[in-house]
Amino acid sequence: MSGRYSALALLRGALGGHRHWGRAWRAAEPDGPYDVVVIGGGGHGLATAYYLASQHGVRKVAVVEKGWIGGGNTGRNTTIVRSNYRQPQLQRLLEHSLKLWEGLSDELNYNVMFSPRGALFLGHSDADMTRLAERGDSLRAMGIDAELLDLAAVRRLVPLLDCSPTARWPVQGGLIQRRGGTARHDAVAWGYARAADRLGVDIIENCEVTGFTRQGDAVTGVETTRGTIAAGKVAICVAGHSGHVAGLAGIRLPIESHTLQAYVTEPVKPMIDTVIMSQSLHCYISQSDKGGIVAGGDPDGFPSYAQRGQPMRLEDAIAQAIALVPALSRLRMVRCWSGVTDMSFDGSPIIGDLPLRNLHLNGGWCYGGFKATPGSGHLYAHHLATGSPHPIAAPFDLARFAVGRTIDEAGVGPMPQHR
Amino acid sequence: MTGPAARLTRPLVRFRFDGRAYEARAGDTLAAALLANGVTLVARSFKYHRPRGIMAAGVEEPSALVTVGTGGRREPNTRATDVIVYDGLEAFSQNAWPSLDLDLGAVNGWLARLIPAGFYYKTFFGPPRRWMIYERFIRKAAGLGAPPVEPDPDGFAHRAAFCDLLVVGAGPAGLAAALAAAEAGQRVMLVEQDARVGGALLRDPVTIDGMAGVPWAEAAAQRIRMAGGRVLLRATANGYWDGNLVTVVERLAEPGQAPGASRLAQRLWKVRCGRVLLATGAIERPLAFAGNDRPGVMLSQAVRGYVRRFGVVPGRRAVIATSHDDGYRTAFALAEAGAEVVAVLDGRATPEGDLVERARARFPVFAAARPIATRTSGHRLAGVTAEVAGRTQAFAADLLAMAGGQTPVVHLHKQAGGELDWDEVTQAFVPGPSRQGQRSLGAAAGRSVLAAILAEAWEAGGGAARDFAVEDPCGPAQPAAAAVIPARLPGKAFVDFQNDVTLDDIDLAWREGYRSVEHLKRYTTLGMATDQGKTSNMAALARLAQAQGVAIPQAGLTTFRPPYTPTTLGAFAGPAVGDHAGPVRRLRLHAAHEALGAIWLPSGYWFRPRAYPQPGETPGEASLREARMVRSRVGLVDVSTLATFEIAGPDAAALLERVCATTVGRLAVGRGRYTFMLREDGLVFDDGTVWRIAEERFLLTSSTGGADRMAQHLSYVRNVLAPDLRVSVVNLQEHHCAAALAGPRATAVLERLTGDAAPLHMHCHRTAIAGTAVLVLAASYSGERAFEVYAPGDRIAAVWAALLAAAQEAGGGAYGLDAMDHLRVEKGHVVVGAEVDGRGTPADLGLGGMVRKAGGFVGWQGLQRPVLADPAGRRHLVGVESLAGPLPEGAMLVGRAGDEPQGHVTTAAPRVAGEGWIGLALLRDGASRHGETLHAWSATRGLDVPVRIGPPLFYDPEGARYRD
Amino acid sequence: MLLIDCPHCGPRAQEEFGYDRTLDSLVRIEDAPDAAMAALYARANPRGEDDEIWRHTFGCRGWMVLRRDRVSHAILSVRPLGPEALP
Repeated sequence: MSGRYSALALLRGALGGHRHWGRAWRAAEPDGPYDVVVIGGGGHGLATAYYLASQHGVRKVAVVEKGWIGGGNTGRNTTIVRSNYRQPQLQRLLEHSLKLWEGLSDELNYNVMFSPRGALFLGHSDADMTRLAERGDSLRAMGIDAELLDLAAVRRLVPLLDCSPTARWPVQGGLIQRRGGTARHDAVAWGYARAADRLGVDIIENCEVTGFTRQGDAVTGVETTRGTIAAGKVAICVAGHSGHVAGLAGIRLPIESHTLQAYVTEPVKPMIDTVIMSQSLHCYISQSDKGGIVAGGDPDGFPSYAQRGQPMRLEDAIAQAIALVPALSRLRMVRCWSGVTDMSFDGSPIIGDLPLRNLHLNGGWCYGGFKATPGSGHLYAHHLATGSPHPIAAPFDLARFAVGRTIDEAGVGPMPQHR
Repeated sequence: MTGPAARLTRPLVRFRFDGRAYEARAGDTLAAALLANGVTLVARSFKYHRPRGIMAAGVEEPSALVTVGTGGRREPNTRATDVIVYDGLEAFSQNAWPSLDLDLGAVNGWLARLIPAGFYYKTFFGPPRRWMIYERFIRKAAGLGAPPVEPDPDGFAHRAAFCDLLVVGAGPAGLAAALAAAEAGQRVMLVEQDARVGGALLRDPVTIDGMAGVPWAEAAAQRIRMAGGRVLLRATANGYWDGNLVTVVERLAEPGQAPGASRLAQRLWKVRCGRVLLATGAIERPLAFAGNDRPGVMLSQAVRGYVRRFGVVPGRRAVIATSHDDGYRTAFALAEAGAEVVAVLDGRATPEGDLVERARARFPVFAAARPIATRTSGHRLAGVTAEVAGRTQAFAADLLAMAGGQTPVVHLHKQAGGELDWDEVTQAFVPGPSRQGQRSLGAAAGRSVLAAILAEAWEAGGGAARDFAVEDPCGPAQPAAAAVIPARLPGKAFVDFQNDVTLDDIDLAWREGYRSVEHLKRYTTLGMATDQGKTSNMAALARLAQAQGVAIPQAGLTTFRPPYTPTTLGAFAGPAVGDHAGPVRRLRLHAAHEALGAIWLPSGYWFRPRAYPQPGETPGEASLREARMVRSRVGLVDVSTLATFEIAGPDAAALLERVCATTVGRLAVGRGRYTFMLREDGLVFDDGTVWRIAEERFLLTSSTGGADRMAQHLSYVRNVLAPDLRVSVVNLQEHHCAAALAGPRATAVLERLTGDAAPLHMHCHRTAIAGTAVLVLAASYSGERAFEVYAPGDRIAAVWAALLAAAQEAGGGAYGLDAMDHLRVEKGHVVVGAEVDGRGTPADLGLGGMVRKAGGFVGWQGLQRPVLADPAGRRHLVGVESLAGPLPEGAMLVGRAGDEPQGHVTTAAPRVAGEGWIGLALLRDGASRHGETLHAWSATRGLDVPVRIGPPLFYDPEGARYRD
Repeated sequence: MLLIDCPHCGPRAQEEFGYDRTLDSLVRIEDAPDAAMAALYARANPRGEDDEIWRHTFGCRGWMVLRRDRVSHAILSVRPLGPEALP
């Protein structure tokens, strides 16, 4: 087990050739029965395990991961963190998460590089500005920071933005959440893994779930490529593949898996300090600490589990990024990649019980799951440990679709390809 | 003629590097030109700011990154090996301050022990703001070159192409395959990233069928063109996508160079291929030893390329370090060019064969020998320390050529979904089973015997089996074998040269448990630099396998993501920049509105008149004046963007009953109704009007913004849900335009123009205006007597002109969208995007009474769900009346400022009839709260306005103004 | 980019087409509410093959059913749907 991380420990490492660092997390073997088996070693799953152990004292916890931890959407997103949604249920959920982000590096003793450099939505018309003001007003009324910016303020914040009135989508202003920003995605998985491991959680990699063991309508464990593992509760946390895993239990979900692409350019000296988003243009841009411009656009628009994107969506996203920041034109893309996203049928996550006893779901995060990682794990752990939903998570139950209590941020309805 | 003598026959080209003028020869890469001028220090590394030179000769170059060009053409991080020098080229070193030679960032090298891989995860704790202070410095230190700040002055084109066969790579294998196919009559495309065809033939003097290699290659390319094939140079196949689509980026200008008459810098080809053959060659592997990154340490084949192709000898005293026969070719090439070969260090215990024997006769050859460390003088190599059969030996040298084995370029094969096999002899991944029928040839397939490569490629291209006569002065060589990575070294041995990842870093990551190859990559940043690990991944895998005690294939492999080489974003965007970043839809009457002094409102892709301000008027004043003009006299507004559909046939009513949630079927001929449509989840997504023009012919109008969605929806219902109906749906939006005439004098104006009696409210009829047959629908959106006049698009100008003249004569004129909005707010009409936000039921919007109870329309089932069926707790449409001044649109409705919102103001407007401000709002349980006082609170705008809640109707509640 | 063999137009680039829904999620107007909501919201979402309804939106505008593998992206069959899709 590794020692505590600190500047001093690094100095000590420097003197000793860094030989004293132990493993960040053990390579655990299945050792059931567990109180809880979390399926999925992404940020959400690892956070769930961590909070189960740290907040609820549930120590006999395993995270089973089919590949390597953080290898799904945790390691494939554009690392944006914010809570400036419009629907109050989502505001509460993401704000809960944002507050956890703010203390996460210290809590985990792992620098997740949460960097509140501001999350800026651009407005391109009067109608946009009205909707941004509405969003900002609703956030402020919920006690969440939001600031309406005029054109001059936007220009000061992002000098390379095309603010000319002749731009195809001229910028009129924006709405910024200054507490929003970015974080280092891999570090979130590793930090939670290390912290959970120190609390005794077994992180079992290369262990794919192939089925569930049942007794009547209750789930009693999971069948995996590394044997059967008994569990008091099984917590699915595999966004992107929720449909598949729930399908192993014979359950159908209001979720379709779609591909979302992102790309990064060669590293350059600082040119964009803020996270820039435009909902009219469907693109979002930020610059990583390493210097690469990280950006993305809309999902590919049809179901896929391939982690392989289509070039025209990439072209659209890039054209829109250049429309916003023309100086991006000569930068070069070094890599593009895709993630499989759980597109839920109202655009909001599903956190709660499934029709089988002792089987639970946290999924349906669409393309917005990364920012929710700490909050999602925290609330899911509460649910698993106490047997009832946390008030913040309660609206996100699966039953909402049947009764009509959907939480539809975009107002698009059950058409994930248009979301 | 090759080598230094041939160099002098090429024309002179002038360029500058860091402000100093140099001469190059036409055809030189920047790297070749710099080496020819003795410039060996070219760059500083990412993390430790180590002095770096030129290591490779191709796109795999990890070290020699420079900024090329100025202004909007500045291209940071350009590989010096991948830019052809042109007259006037300006290149700059980057990531160094104050100068390349004396770079203070090199202090990081001294601190290296403090900042091993992943150090930043272990420190900089405290609140996020504190991390951001450190982060500022980290961000400034990171990032290689400075970005351009100006817009790009040049264009990028996209072009689609189709071919029977695409061959990637114009080395001997690619040429042979493309030639065979082209001469067999296939449509062939051959793309080559280099500026010349020939590939390995450019560095190795072989003859093929009696011809020297380079002329053979050039002749083959010519024959391919003659046979109708297309040969693109400076064209990189950078992505292999689904459906056998390969994207190829063709450089029309070099980085930083002003393009020619086309004004295009690059062209992105999207090639849909019948078959694809990948002759993408192989990349040589460096060796791991301390100081293996010093300027003067180069890849062996690159050295040969500089000597033979460019006539540039990169050093005078050379050590060759090799793991297999190929390194010996470099020794011969250097010797031919007059350099001294100090030593050939062969890692094999007992090298043998003809080539080795011939080398032994000319150079000191050491078996079981490998470099351990380097010595430098200034910033360049001065000597090599080697381990020779267990003993240490030092050599003075200014050039060290590394031949550590070959890595086939399998990127495109993998992108296409292919699998890889492990080749034990060459210790390399070679293409295995393919998914899209792609096949690899030559070095990309792990082959090394040229005659066999040519014969195989020829057949793969579709040629009849034949032999190629190949003569190679170096004779047949043993296949490449990979170098062994030593367990410990006396200093930093770089694996990823650009990201400064050393063997120690890999070992550290292993110790800390980052053991999956992806964890290793992400923790150390190995393979994540601009070269994406082209020269580093295999060494890292070998080290990982060593640590795990497994064979390399068991250690895993990272994914090969597009693009193969870094690709300019502009090339992806293509022509979709500037005004073409999105389509612009102009009204037919655009010029007429312009002539009236319209200011424009973007509305989706449309630009619609917002208002027609008179001199000295603000837009707000103008729209209020226009609205009052409508209330008091008459106004004319362009409503051509409304979605309009003609639905005709015996079952037209039946189709509409499925689409609309209101009663349609019993509509009498000549009558119309307001209607709305639901999604399958029971929520309203659009509204409009439906008119029965004839017994079996209806007109449906719906919102501008929802036009495409409605077209799709109608088609879906008609084709998928109700395929048996005898009905046709025609989208008229592109054919018809419309103007709405509204106001107390509208009837008189219309009747004067048509000579007919105007239709009654919610009636329609056909008549003529200005000699044009028009359809007049009497529908009121403004609350006044109003008529929508539909005419064919090509006739609308005349109709509009006649209507406008008549309206003006009656004391009226044109009005814009803002005035229309003011008018409809007073009447409480909802708008898609404001009140209709995709989250409301008909009852929420006050339309519950119109819903057909019997169902039978899309969404009726969804509407039965309990939370939708029960109005309690839902947001209802209400009217809000300001009790104090302007009402902020979008503001929250709260009991008092600071409370949680109970709803929000969807639209706000000044009263047209009267003074003060009113608005529409969605308010929780609003239907039962009329008369309450709340606050419209906008925290972001610092406004808090008391409002009275009431019904969403502020004007003429009985509809007396327009009813008959 | 997928190559879709439109039953009317022949092979065309995927960007001309739009995905609508899976065949098994079709909600008929005559379906009872519970069945309709189940079809709408309970999706199989298989990591493998499924039947999907697509439209050649920027082409002939015809509707079709694609049998498609969501992992390999292979299109196994295309068949027309609805009267606008009839020749």
